[in-house]
Amino acid sequence: MSATSEPKKTLIRGARLLGGEPLDVLIDGGTVAETGTGLEAPGAAVVEAAGQILLPGLVDLHTHLREPGREDSETVLTGTRAAAAGGYTAVHAMANTFPVADTAGVVEQVWRLGKESGYCDVQPVGAVTVGLEGKQLAELGAMHDSAAGVRIFSDDGKCVDDAVIMRRALEYVKAFDGVIAQHAQEPRLTEGAQMNEGVVSAELGLGGWPAVAEESVIARDVLLAAHVGSRLHVCHVSTAGSVEIIRWAKSKGWNVTAEVTPHHLLLTDELVRSYDPVYKVNPPLRTEADVMALRAALADGTIDCVATDHAPHPHEDKDCEWGAAAMGMVGLETALSVVQHTMVDTGLLDWAGVADRMSFRPAAIGRLRGHGRPVAPGEPANLTLLDPAYRGVVDPAGFASRSRNTPYQGRELPGRVTHTFLRGRATVVDGKLA
Amino acid sequence: MQRHLTSAADLTRDDAVLILDTAEEMARVADRPIKKLPTLRGRTVVNLFFEDSTRTRISFEAAAKRLSADVINFSAKGSSVSKGESLKDTALTLEAMGADAVVIRHHDSGAPHRLATSGWIGGSVVNAGDGTHEHPTQALLDAFTMRRHLAGAPDGGPVPHGAPGDGTGRDLAGRRITIVGDVLHSRVARSNVHLLTTLGAEVTLVAPPTLVPIGAGNWPCEVSYDLDAVLAKSDAVMMLRVQRERMNAAFFPTEREYARRYGLNSDRMARMPGHAIVMHPGPMNRGMEITAEVADSERCTAVEQVANGVSIRMAVLYLLLGGAGPAVTGTPDTTTRTEENA
Amino acid sequence: MDASSPAESAESGPPVPPARPVLEAPDIARVLTRIAHEIVERAKGAEDVILLGIPTRGVFLARRLAAKLEEITGRPQAAGSLDITMYRDDLRLRPARALARTDIPADGIDGKLVVLVDDVLFSGRTIRAALDALGDIGRPRAVQLAVLVDRGHRELPIRADYVGKNLPTSLRETVRVQLTEEDGRDSVLLGRRGTVPPGER
Repeated sequence: MSATSEPKKTLIRGARLLGGEPLDVLIDGGTVAETGTGLEAPGAAVVEAAGQILLPGLVDLHTHLREPGREDSETVLTGTRAAAAGGYTAVHAMANTFPVADTAGVVEQVWRLGKESGYCDVQPVGAVTVGLEGKQLAELGAMHDSAAGVRIFSDDGKCVDDAVIMRRALEYVKAFDGVIAQHAQEPRLTEGAQMNEGVVSAELGLGGWPAVAEESVIARDVLLAAHVGSRLHVCHVSTAGSVEIIRWAKSKGWNVTAEVTPHHLLLTDELVRSYDPVYKVNPPLRTEADVMALRAALADGTIDCVATDHAPHPHEDKDCEWGAAAMGMVGLETALSVVQHTMVDTGLLDWAGVADRMSFRPAAIGRLRGHGRPVAPGEPANLTLLDPAYRGVVDPAGFASRSRNTPYQGRELPGRVTHTFLRGRATVVDGKLA
Repeated sequence: MQRHLTSAADLTRDDAVLILDTAEEMARVADRPIKKLPTLRGRTVVNLFFEDSTRTRISFEAAAKRLSADVINFSAKGSSVSKGESLKDTALTLEAMGADAVVIRHHDSGAPHRLATSGWIGGSVVNAGDGTHEHPTQALLDAFTMRRHLAGAPDGGPVPHGAPGDGTGRDLAGRRITIVGDVLHSRVARSNVHLLTTLGAEVTLVAPPTLVPIGAGNWPCEVSYDLDAVLAKSDAVMMLRVQRERMNAAFFPTEREYARRYGLNSDRMARMPGHAIVMHPGPMNRGMEITAEVADSERCTAVEQVANGVSIRMAVLYLLLGGAGPAVTGTPDTTTRTEENA
Repeated sequence: MDASSPAESAESGPPVPPARPVLEAPDIARVLTRIAHEIVERAKGAEDVILLGIPTRGVFLARRLAAKLEEITGRPQAAGSLDITMYRDDLRLRPARALARTDIPADGIDGKLVVLVDDVLFSGRTIRAALDALGDIGRPRAVQLAVLVDRGHRELPIRADYVGKNLPTSLRETVRVQLTEEDGRDSVLLGRRGTVPPGER
């Protein structure tokens, strides 16, 4: 698609930048040339965007693109198409591929596939330990020094549970301003765990996944990060208790950041009563009280950003009994709608806040250059246009992702991405992939 | 009744009483020279067992055969399932074979519910035990046994030990049932809590705190850690099987300590009311949750429970498959039979 | 299977022409006495007779006949009930039906003269089912049939040995038997169809 000739200039007319007053934005080449009202640009492609919200291109810190190894569920190409459709201009590709992205070679392969896709920038995440085994540090420095320039390291899917390994990893990445993104899950406390441990798990007879299994690891890690003076990022925070620990760590001035997934902002473990594995996810869906605490924490900045944890799985891995099913949900194409529904339409966050939590802050945490920038002359033209008045029922048949494991099928959600621009080039036009 | 029986929670009081009453009639068939009824001729019942459970499987098999259904036993071991076939494909195979009911035992909680709601099969699904979730026919046979003993006298009261009565039409209102043991991993306990409370009984669960699920506080029953405190006010004490391996996961320190604190021995049995019975779903760990003396006493109904299991399963299969649809309860039966209408 | 009495369903149904009584309580008592005498006569003293009523109302009729036989013979008369639900040929036309009690006297039926007792003889299908059920319980010396009313319209080669009243009817008519034990009064009513749900005959 990158071969198609695009107009050199695009004029976006009347969009509400970060939800503000109507504004025109002129894109010239890969950058924003001019902003203002009543702009004219003869020969430019014109996007009439009255009533639409203009945001900086979204940045996802947590995406499973599955390539290499599980191309039956997603590839870098299909995953980045899904990302563009969801308004993203950059995604961080998690390391739990086959082979694991624990060497410079693998991260460079993923990085190169992203470049070739042309839909969205792909920033590989490197594994913390060899093979995600938690035993021996992977070559973090080599991955950082590679063409992929890795700055976020994570064993996501598995917890770096050994305290010494975690300490060393946190210390080691200080040399190149890296960050360890921890999947907080105490393994012994979650053996055989199938869902949140509580009233519903007791009734359903599914192995309980206690909140403390997440919270105890986060508590340890913030103390370790403080002790060694390094940066910790907490993946997919899911409990009210985790929020309290992160709030406390931040109050101490420690360098701790955190993300929450869209599904943890909306869904609860009551849905598991259906035994439909589409609701099986790691960390598990929690209670209403947790959902409310997560929304409040995202609103007040305790949780820095929304990350999708987009986890595609082939149909057969979900079309089965609960115990045999894979954990995870796709999320790239519904994230912005869920955030509008849970945060904006509830009055917890304005659109400037959405830009902050879904673009500025994740880009800053990942030290990602060229993304999460203000929409201003001279800045890269990575932009997302959203029609907030749209109401539609989620139909996975229309997904760009190769997988369909969405928990929102049949649910009405607000908002629709109409245009996405990656460095001035439209990847989505009128709601369709370019 | 609903078309499937995946959870005891799906049964109303009237459903449950109808099943128990029907089982009472089925039990009388066992006393006849010909222990067979033509009722389910032409129906096919598949026993789909992903877990070994000879006791439960032969109980369902006997029940289906006494009703003249064709029975197909499908065991996961040595079958396509052990070669990696999914539950879905297995279900589609059974559907193609024309199964009218699938009796499923599965190691995963919720697998029967999934089978019933996925659209993979059209027949009725009967849960014969799923993971640590439920075992509704076990709860029904337990309730049946309790009713015969605790409400089986002509006046609705308890009967002498060893002489079960007939409680047709009655529920278990006001009876106090104590369930002791590994509640956390017990599908029998979960189903019994649902069913017995539906039938009006007051249930108390007794276990070491490690074997009580987090969240059980919301169940419609009492939870106690002290067996001795509840014995004197129990009409029935049901001992659950406790696997010795649980010790290795630190649920309790030693077998000896478990038996001492939560096992039922003669001294404890003597403190139960005179009419109270001892129940066990089997297989028993003698010396662990129950002493041999108690297990072999006339107050222990373990063997009777097995026999009652066949009657209950006949009743369930009949009420699900014996008509154009499941039996209807809750609304008055408007049909009349003043004329010969057979 | 008869959870509600016909009186109740008649009251709850739409208005229908009032049913006409064809037998009242004294008539019913009289025909049962007659049948009892016929049984004694034909069974030569009725020493090996067992009365098995078909639920619901056949059971009450069997008990009444047993009482009359005891009066006549001065001996205890065995009576019981035979539920035919699980032997019906129309099980799959309706949701699964609740069962009624089968109560066979302790000595069994082998070698005995079983008299089946029912309220109304119509298509004959109930009696066919009853014969099948009997066969699974034992081997009687002979089986006879006593009914309070024979309304005709047989669909099987079955006839009654003892009939309280032969009542020629059209298929658009209904016959309802009320007995004190179940309905609070004794009577046989002839009415028009419409009091019975469609498909129930």
